[in-house]
Amino acid sequence: MNIVNSAERKWLPKLIVLAIFLSPILFIHPKTYITLTISGLAMGMLLFLVSSGFSLIFGFLSVLNLAHGALFTWGAYIGFTSFTLINKWTGWGGPDSIFSNIVIFLLALIIAGLLVSLLGIITERLVIRPVYGSHLFQIFITVGAMIVMEELVRIVWGPNDEVMPVPMNFMGSWDLFDVVVSKYPLIAIVIGLIIYFTIYMILRKTKLGTIVRAGVENPEMVQVMGHNIYRYFTGVFAAGSALAAIGGGMWATFVKSIHPAMGGEVIVFALIVAIIGGLGSMTGSVVGALMVGLSYNYVAYLVPKAALGITMLLLVVILSIRPTGLFPEGT
Amino acid sequence: MVEPILKVEGIHTYIGKHHILQGVSFEVYPGKVTVLLGRNGAGKSTTLRTIIGLLSPSKGTIFLRNRALHHLKPYEISRLGIGFVPEDRGIFNLLTVEENFRVAMLQEDGRSRGMMETIFEIFPDLKKFWKAKAGNLSGGQKQMLAIARPLVNRNELLLIDEPSKGLAPIVIDHLIDSIHKLKEYTVIILVEQNFYMASSLGNDFYLFDDGKTVHKGQMEELVQNEELKKTYLGISSKN
Repeated sequence: MNIVNSAERKWLPKLIVLAIFLSPILFIHPKTYITLTISGLAMGMLLFLVSSGFSLIFGFLSVLNLAHGALFTWGAYIGFTSFTLINKWTGWGGPDSIFSNIVIFLLALIIAGLLVSLLGIITERLVIRPVYGSHLFQIFITVGAMIVMEELVRIVWGPNDEVMPVPMNFMGSWDLFDVVVSKYPLIAIVIGLIIYFTIYMILRKTKLGTIVRAGVENPEMVQVMGHNIYRYFTGVFAAGSALAAIGGGMWATFVKSIHPAMGGEVIVFALIVAIIGGLGSMTGSVVGALMVGLSYNYVAYLVPKAALGITMLLLVVILSIRPTGLFPEGT
Repeated sequence: MVEPILKVEGIHTYIGKHHILQGVSFEVYPGKVTVLLGRNGAGKSTTLRTIIGLLSPSKGTIFLRNRALHHLKPYEISRLGIGFVPEDRGIFNLLTVEENFRVAMLQEDGRSRGMMETIFEIFPDLKKFWKAKAGNLSGGQKQMLAIARPLVNRNELLLIDEPSKGLAPIVIDHLIDSIHKLKEYTVIILVEQNFYMASSLGNDFYLFDDGKTVHKGQMEELVQNEELKKTYLGISSKN
């Protein structure tokens, strides 16, 4: 019985991903399928950025940070402002050079990540630290923080939608063997993968990462081993917030617009992804995000009205098989 | 006259609204294993958690040599040279044995590497399963990992809570041998329900009852004293 359970445990995530990945080919033309797959992978990578921060914060601090969506919004807006200002001064967002396009895009993301991680540190110190250990109070207080942060966005940038500037060379598509491949989704997939492997290597190969993984499992024990857990809490919160901000900036570039309530919409996906993957697990976040991204895109093409429903269905099915998510064992 | 390494005086600790420790006092001397004994709920584990700072005492003092511990945070207390092995072992099951030590090792230098060699001599299984996930170890191996882990920093005091819990008698014998060897490297405070293990390892004992220390002495005296054992430990015949 144990052997069966163990094998099932090992193969289940792979089987579900394969089924989601391959089954639509029965109903969709191969060229359209490839286009949708790339779009789904890109959406998945962007969702990974948001959900990984949320999942890491929950795993390590046991904090349900529903203000995570507002940090995502702030990231998008700061990315928007940074890009606009740098482009005004340098013109690096123009069509002249792909290199300067990449630089300005990364600069905007880095500025957004840094400023929002600062905002995250302030939020953790002032809002969340007093309610460590109580999920109910965390829900109340982080929903409150989300509302305040969203209103601040309206005060600073105004209540209307803004068009997110996109580097000129990121727009358009390539035609590869008659298959239309949009440029930005491919770029988003590459950046997402780089960020995933960076986080993975930090968690796996550094002492800092080992302590964080130990803290996800037993923060009390990390403390009695001589590590100031609160310093790590703040660091993880800052990192999680930076991931939300980078996700926000990249998502805004993907959909080419920003609005103050955008974080509230994406946090629903982030929650689903984090729960599907297993709270606290980076690999879980990336697998969960890809599953949601792909299934959403395939179903949006086949039955548009059922697109959001399919992610909910996915959540229900996986939780009924594995109540702790696909990768409950961390990292 | 030998000075105590740890001095606990009149400690009172609350968990929520429950007044668990109601005046715990004891002293721990170098080179000895001090055993805290008593029935379930007498306050032994709470005492260890108070010493390491996981619980804050409302009254009383704790001194490690001349340094007051009772207002310090757990990580500060740990850095002063106190290791803690909780009742549930506190193993990081998802990390390898190596990674468990990596988290515990506060400074990686010649001294800690030398201590690792000693640890491998006392607990050879840990070397054998160095790259294995700690969660896959047997109960006895997990306990050995839990006890060995804080030693990597050459802590001068080690608090061990119920190491025999859930272990087979043969594993307990093996553990007793190992802890005997550790006495050379650290002073041990042991909380133990298993009187066989407690009497095999202990030099000094303190009996706990209703959150207070009610008797103290040397272990040989307790082994002989049937009345004390019956009253405070519920041991009705020679064990």
